[in-house]
Amino acid sequence: MREKRLIKVRDLSIGFGKGPALIRDINFDVNCGETLALVGESGSGKTQTCRAILRILPKAARIHSGTAILSSPTGGCDLLSLSERELGDIRGDRISMIFQEPMHSLSPMHKIGAQVSEVLCLHRGHSKRSAKQEVLQSFARVGFPDPERVYRSYPFEISGGMRQRAMIAMAIIAKPDLLIADEPTTALDVTTQAQVLGLIKDLQQETGMAVILVTHDLGVVANAADKVVVMRKGRIMESGSVAEVIDDPAHGYTRQLIAAAPVIPHEANPSCARTIEDPILQLQNVSKSFDLRGGGFMSKGGLVKAVRGVNFTIGRGKTFAIVGESGSGKSTVAQIALGARAPDTGGIIRFWPENGATPLEVQTLEPEEKRRFQRQAQMVFQDPFSSLSPRMQVIDTLTEPLEIHNIGIRRERQDRAVELLEQVGLSPSMLRRFPHAFSGGQRQRLSIARALALRPSLLVCDEPTSALDLSVQAQVLELLEDIRDRMALSYLFISHDLAVVARIADEVAVMRRGQIVEQAAPDVLFTAPKHPYTKALIAACLEPSVCQKIDLDAVATGAGNPQSWPEEYRFKDMIAPELVETDPGHFVRVAL
Amino acid sequence: MSNRYIDPAPYDPDSEASTPARPDLDAPNWLLIWRKFRRHKLGLASGLFLLVSYLMMPFAGFIAPYSPNEIHRDHLYAAPQLVRLFHKGEFIGPFVYPEKATADLVNFKWDYTTDYENPAKLSFFCSGSKHRFLGLFETDKHLFCAPEGATVFLWGADRLGRDVFSRIFYGGQLSLTVGLIGITVSFILGITIGGISGYFGGVIDWFTQRVIEVLRSIPELPLWLALSAAVPSDWSPVAVFFIISVILGLLDWPGLARAVRSKFLSLREEEFVRAAEMMGAKPSRIIRKHLLPNFSSHLIASAMLSIPAMILGETALSFLGLGLRAPAVSWGVMLNDAQNLASIEIYPWTAIPMLPVIFVVLAFNFLGDAMRDSLDPYSYD
Repeated sequence: MREKRLIKVRDLSIGFGKGPALIRDINFDVNCGETLALVGESGSGKTQTCRAILRILPKAARIHSGTAILSSPTGGCDLLSLSERELGDIRGDRISMIFQEPMHSLSPMHKIGAQVSEVLCLHRGHSKRSAKQEVLQSFARVGFPDPERVYRSYPFEISGGMRQRAMIAMAIIAKPDLLIADEPTTALDVTTQAQVLGLIKDLQQETGMAVILVTHDLGVVANAADKVVVMRKGRIMESGSVAEVIDDPAHGYTRQLIAAAPVIPHEANPSCARTIEDPILQLQNVSKSFDLRGGGFMSKGGLVKAVRGVNFTIGRGKTFAIVGESGSGKSTVAQIALGARAPDTGGIIRFWPENGATPLEVQTLEPEEKRRFQRQAQMVFQDPFSSLSPRMQVIDTLTEPLEIHNIGIRRERQDRAVELLEQVGLSPSMLRRFPHAFSGGQRQRLSIARALALRPSLLVCDEPTSALDLSVQAQVLELLEDIRDRMALSYLFISHDLAVVARIADEVAVMRRGQIVEQAAPDVLFTAPKHPYTKALIAACLEPSVCQKIDLDAVATGAGNPQSWPEEYRFKDMIAPELVETDPGHFVRVAL
Repeated sequence: MSNRYIDPAPYDPDSEASTPARPDLDAPNWLLIWRKFRRHKLGLASGLFLLVSYLMMPFAGFIAPYSPNEIHRDHLYAAPQLVRLFHKGEFIGPFVYPEKATADLVNFKWDYTTDYENPAKLSFFCSGSKHRFLGLFETDKHLFCAPEGATVFLWGADRLGRDVFSRIFYGGQLSLTVGLIGITVSFILGITIGGISGYFGGVIDWFTQRVIEVLRSIPELPLWLALSAAVPSDWSPVAVFFIISVILGLLDWPGLARAVRSKFLSLREEEFVRAAEMMGAKPSRIIRKHLLPNFSSHLIASAMLSIPAMILGETALSFLGLGLRAPAVSWGVMLNDAQNLASIEIYPWTAIPMLPVIFVVLAFNFLGDAMRDSLDPYSYD
C-alpha cells in the first residue's frame, strides 16, 4: 500500500524579532499513521518548529518563509498562510497538541470533564450532555479506572501521570489526523513515561493518527517513532527512518547523542559480599517526619513520614547512589546526611574525617563543629539556573566558601578560584563574568567548582544532571568521575534515573516511599533485580536501540500500588517487610 | 523509503568549552535590567521627567520670579499672562503687557485691563526678592523677572495676589520630598519587619502578618486625619512637614513588609541560598550577600509605586487643611485655596497645582511599571 502523506513541511524558517532566522531550512513529511520524532537538545528549535505548524509561536517570533501543507480529502491547504479563523477549525479538530507540563496546560478552575467536552462542543456541535458519553469513553480508553470520578475532578486532584492521560484524552477525543506531542513525558517519572508512551502507541494503532513527537531523549525515539529528525541550533543535522539513524548514525552530532545516552549494563559479574573497612559516612536508622502545617501556629496538621528507617554506609573513595522517583524521600536523605535537616530522634549519622578517626555524630554537632564538618562535606545542586546567585561574578561565587571559613588572603583566594575553574574544565576568562551568560552545563561545572573550593572529602550530588541535556549530562558525569578519582572524593549520588548511576556508582539503593527497597552493587542490581519496583525502573529505562521493547506489564505492576506487588514484597498496613540479605551484598525488602 | 538527509556542514563536537552560551547576557545584572528598561519608552520618558523635576527643586528660588509668599495687593486673582515676542509686528524679545486691576463693584470681582501700548520687557538674571540659593547663601538673583511697574504671572495669581507659577516650584520642594522621606521611613520599617517575618517564620511570622492585616484594615484617611490632628499647632512648618512625612511612612510600611516577606520566602528556597547555608554562612551574611542584592531591584520598583501614594496623601491632607499649613507651601496647600467651586469657575488657574500632582503621580507609576517589567532580564523576547 502506498503511504498517504498527511503533512509536508518545506523550507520553514523562523526568527525572533528583527534578527536573522534562528531556525532554518526545516523540511519533513509525516504520513498517515506514522510517528515522526523531532529530537534535539534545549535550544535546538524543535518545540518552535512544531508550534509553527499550529502557529502558536511566542509573540516575538516571525515565520520568515516556508509552507506546511496539510492534505485533506478535498485537496491540501497551507497551514502557514491560512487565516486565523480557518486555522481555528483545524486546531483541536484535525491537529491537536499535548504539552510538556500537564499542570500548566489544564485550567485549574474547571473540572477535567468540562475541559475535555469543550473540544467536542466546539468542533462537533455537541451539547455538554451529549458530549459526556464520548468523553467517558475516551477516559476509559486512556486507562482511567474510574472515568466518572475523573470527569468530576479538578486537575490538581489527580497525579501528574493521570493529568497527562487526561491531556491525551482531550487531544484525541475529536479523532485528529495529527497529534503533536511536545515532550509529553519529560515532566513525568520514568515508569509513568513508559506507560504514557505505550498509551500513545496503542491509540495510534487504534485510530490511525499520525504523531509528531518532540523529545530530547533518543531512548524515547527508538521505542516510539518510525522516522526521526535530529535538530541542533535550529538546523536539521540528520533525518531518516529510526532504524537507519539509530543503528547507523551518519552525522557526528547524532553519533555523539547516541554515545551520550546512559545505558543499563546487561552482563554481570557474580555478586560478592563487600565489607566496608574504611567508611566515611554512615546513616543508621534515619527517619524523618514532616508536620503538614495548616498555615498558622495554632492549627495542627497531619504527620508525613518522608523517610523511614534508612541505613547505609559509604566507603571512602566510593560512590553510593540512591535512586527513586519524586517523593521517594531521596533528597531528604541527602539533606539529613549533610546535617542540613535534623533526623527524627534515634537516627544517627556518623562521619569519619579520616581513616580510623573517631566518628563525628552529625546530628548532635555544636555550631562550631558543624562549620568544621561543612568544610569536609559539600553539596552539588540539581538546578544550575538557581544554584548560582545572579548578582555575583563567578569569582565571588567561587571565593565565597573561602571567605566564610576565613581561608587565605584575597590573592590566594583568587588563585584558588582559577585553579578550581581549571579543575572543572573551564577557562579562567570566566572569572569576571556573571553566571547568566552561561549554559546549563557550564553552570553545573561552576557549581561543582564551588563545592570543591573547601577541599571536601565527601560530596553529596542531588540530581546533578537531571536538568541537563543528554550530551552535557554525559560530560558532567565524566567530570564527576574524574575528580572523584583525582581527589579521592566520596559521593552520595541522588538520581531518579537508574541508567545515570549505572556507570558512576559502586553501590545503588532503590528508594520507594521513604524506604530502601533494594540495595546492591550496580551490576547485580541491573542484571538480577529482585524487587518488583526495581524491575519496573529497569524495564522503564529506554535505550537508543531499536531492538529493545518496553515490558509495560512489569512497569505497571512494579510502579503501581505496593498492594499489587507479589505476596512476599507486599506492604502490610503500610509496613514493608524487613530488608534482608538474599545474596551476599544484595539486600531486598522481602518476606522470606 | 529512502529520504535520508545528512547535514553537509562540518561539525566540531567540542567547539564550546568556556565561551558564553548566551553572549547577549554577558553583562552585569544592572546593565541587563537597563537594556530592557530602555525599551519602555513611556517609562524612560517618565524617569527623565522626574529626574528633571527633582533636579529643579533646589533651584526653585532661582527659577521662580517671586518668593512664595510675596503678596501683590493690586493683582488679586490676576489672570495668567502670556509671554510674547512681537510688539506691533516687530520683534523686541520676550515681554508681557502690563495689566491694571479695577474693582467691579457690581459683580464683586476684579477686572483687568491690558495695556497694549507699553510692552514690559522681561529681564534675565535680574535682582528681585531675596531667597537662599541651594539653601547655602542668600541672593536676590532670579532667572527672569518683570520690570518695575509690571508683573509676570505666567500661571496667574491667587486670592492674595501670589504668583501661582512661583508657588508651584516652591510647593514642589515639599510635595516631592514628602514621598522621599515617607518612603525612607516605610522602607526601614518594611525591610526590617518583613525581613524578620520572612527569615524566622513560625510564630513571629504569624504574629506580624496578623498585625499587618489589622493595620491594613483600618481606613487610611481617618487615621491620617487623627494622627495629623494630633500634631501641635504651634510647631514650625518644617517640623509639621517632617512629622507628616513620617506619618505617611508609618502607614505605608505594611504593604512593603509583605512584599519583602514573600520575596524573602521565595529566595530562601533558591539553591544558591541553600548552598551558602551548607557552606556554613551565618544568617547575617546570607541576608547581606545573597538575599538583599537579589531583591533590591524589586524593592526599588515597589518603592517607585508607593511614592505617588504618599504624594497624594500629603496633597489630600493639606487640601483638607490638616497637613501642612501656611506659610509652608505645598501643592496640597495651594489646592486648599481652590476648594471653593465658585472661585474655580471664575479663576480656573487657581486649580493649576493639580497638574503637577497628576503628572508626577503618573510618571512615578509609569516608571515603576517599567522597572517591574525589566526585573527579569534573562528571558528572550
